Amino acid sequence: MKSEKWIERVLQSAAAVSGVAIAAILILLAYFCLPLLTSQGLATVFSRQWQPFGGQFGILPMVVGSLTLACLALLLALPLAVGICTLLHVLGRGFLARLVLAFVHFMTSIPTVIYGFVSVFLLVPRLREWVAAGSGFSLLAAVLTLSLLILPTITLILQARLAQLDPALNLAAEAMGFTRVQQVRCVLLPAAARGVAVAAVLGFGRAVGDTLVSLMVAGNAAQFPDSLVASIRTLTAHIGLVLATDSQSMAYQSVFAAGLLLFLLAGVVTLLIRTAGWKHGGLSRVKHR
Amino acid sequence: MKDGRMKSYGMACLVFLAVLCCSSWSGTASAAALDSFAGLEGTIDIAGGTAHIPVMNDAAKAIMTFNPKIRITVEGGGSGVGVQKVGEGLVSIGNTGRALSEAEIAKYGLKSYPFAVDGVAVVINPGNPVMGLSGQQVQEIFAGKIANWKEVGGKDGAIHLFTRDEASGTREVFWEKALKKGTIAANANVVPSNGAMKGAVAQDKDAIGYAGIGHVDQTVKGVVLDGVVASQDNAMNGSYPVVRKLYMNTKGEPSKLVKAFIDYILGPEGAKLIAKAGYLPLK
Repeated sequence: MKSEKWIERVLQSAAAVSGVAIAAILILLAYFCLPLLTSQGLATVFSRQWQPFGGQFGILPMVVGSLTLACLALLLALPLAVGICTLLHVLGRGFLARLVLAFVHFMTSIPTVIYGFVSVFLLVPRLREWVAAGSGFSLLAAVLTLSLLILPTITLILQARLAQLDPALNLAAEAMGFTRVQQVRCVLLPAAARGVAVAAVLGFGRAVGDTLVSLMVAGNAAQFPDSLVASIRTLTAHIGLVLATDSQSMAYQSVFAAGLLLFLLAGVVTLLIRTAGWKHGGLSRVKHR
Repeated sequence: MKDGRMKSYGMACLVFLAVLCCSSWSGTASAAALDSFAGLEGTIDIAGGTAHIPVMNDAAKAIMTFNPKIRITVEGGGSGVGVQKVGEGLVSIGNTGRALSEAEIAKYGLKSYPFAVDGVAVVINPGNPVMGLSGQQVQEIFAGKIANWKEVGGKDGAIHLFTRDEASGTREVFWEKALKKGTIAANANVVPSNGAMKGAVAQDKDAIGYAGIGHVDQTVKGVVLDGVVASQDNAMNGSYPVVRKLYMNTKGEPSKLVKAFIDYILGPEGAKLIAKAGYLPLK
């Protein structure tokens, strides 16, 4: 009993430290953004043009770039992840399933820079030839690379959720004559709706927060994405590119606005999908009874 | 295709080897150059131009390793900050990427030590038949007005623009001296370093970009600008226009320690560090 209380205390303090750290980051970012609030800053930063040498410091193109990239990457990766999980379920517990799972695990351990590097030398030149528009450094290149990057994260979370479901669900479905694929589609996935949502949130968070891939392959032109082959700049890449400028300049201050936006974006999306996930949680909560 | 890939892979290996060699050289930096720091102690604070930072940092590392009693701090901030801080006596050396104005010298009594030339070459893919461009053409290409290589005597193909990030000193020189502060098209790709610029241009036969002259090698082709080859010699003798000097500035006569630091940068060891950072040492 005593040791249990001790463990509880340690865990509580760990949670408190994390909470305080997050609050501190938010406060610090807001503090650095204060100079923007006083002057005409907000109008300058939330405008459509980024021409630092022409006195225009709008970060809206980067906001749109980040959102477009993350959404498209998620759109590509989520169905793939569901597919892999279905495959794993169909394969059961055999050698093949273990092999696929091991492969997905391996994918998570590949450093981001490798994905970026391989894309620069293999994917970007191919896109330049096949699409024959632009230099290959584009939204499309970043979407493809990023979806590969977030795929294992989403797959593993979803897989873990499916494995947690009550085995009785499976047995019942099997007794009713469902095929393995039908089991996943009609029983397991609806029962794990919240798991899908959580996997999607984490995947989205990873996609929107990734810096290296977009910096290396998206092209970094500060413009609104008007097509898949357009060169775009994300908020994260923007921070990376501008951070080394003169700390007195407006360009430097816009970086903090970009940071604050990223932070709030991640927060809002998490909250949104979490609450939605709770409402439609359905069967996933049944097993706790 | 395969050939190109192998080439870039081989190039990556070469670059890696070169870096390895450079670092082993600086590792065995001749003790003679550092002897003037023996017995000295104190602090040197440096601030200002960001282009200077790699040279300053490498020198600081070598000196502080040789004599741990010396502390050297290196900050950026830009040329303006460099002048201000050294003028107000907040740092011992203020770096600028431009010559000081008469007003600045008069106001603060500053003394300048130019130590390197930073030249920027327009680079294109070695497979591109274009050899030379006029300054006017370069400006129009980067503004997006000329969008096809055949308009400047090349093969039919859309020009792919590559530029550097906002914090880049290379971009600053290029924008001021080659583009005459003209616009750069919004759809230009942005790369974060001279190395990334070379990588991008070496891969793409329709690319155009710019890089520090010290970084130009056989993977990319330096464009002849207004009839002048972008070479180290032409940058040094002033016939190539897209250059600037890098300066260290002190308020009045420097102290013994600061003088030793400046002499180190101006000496043969400093010249190696300057070349390593991609600039041309002033002789």
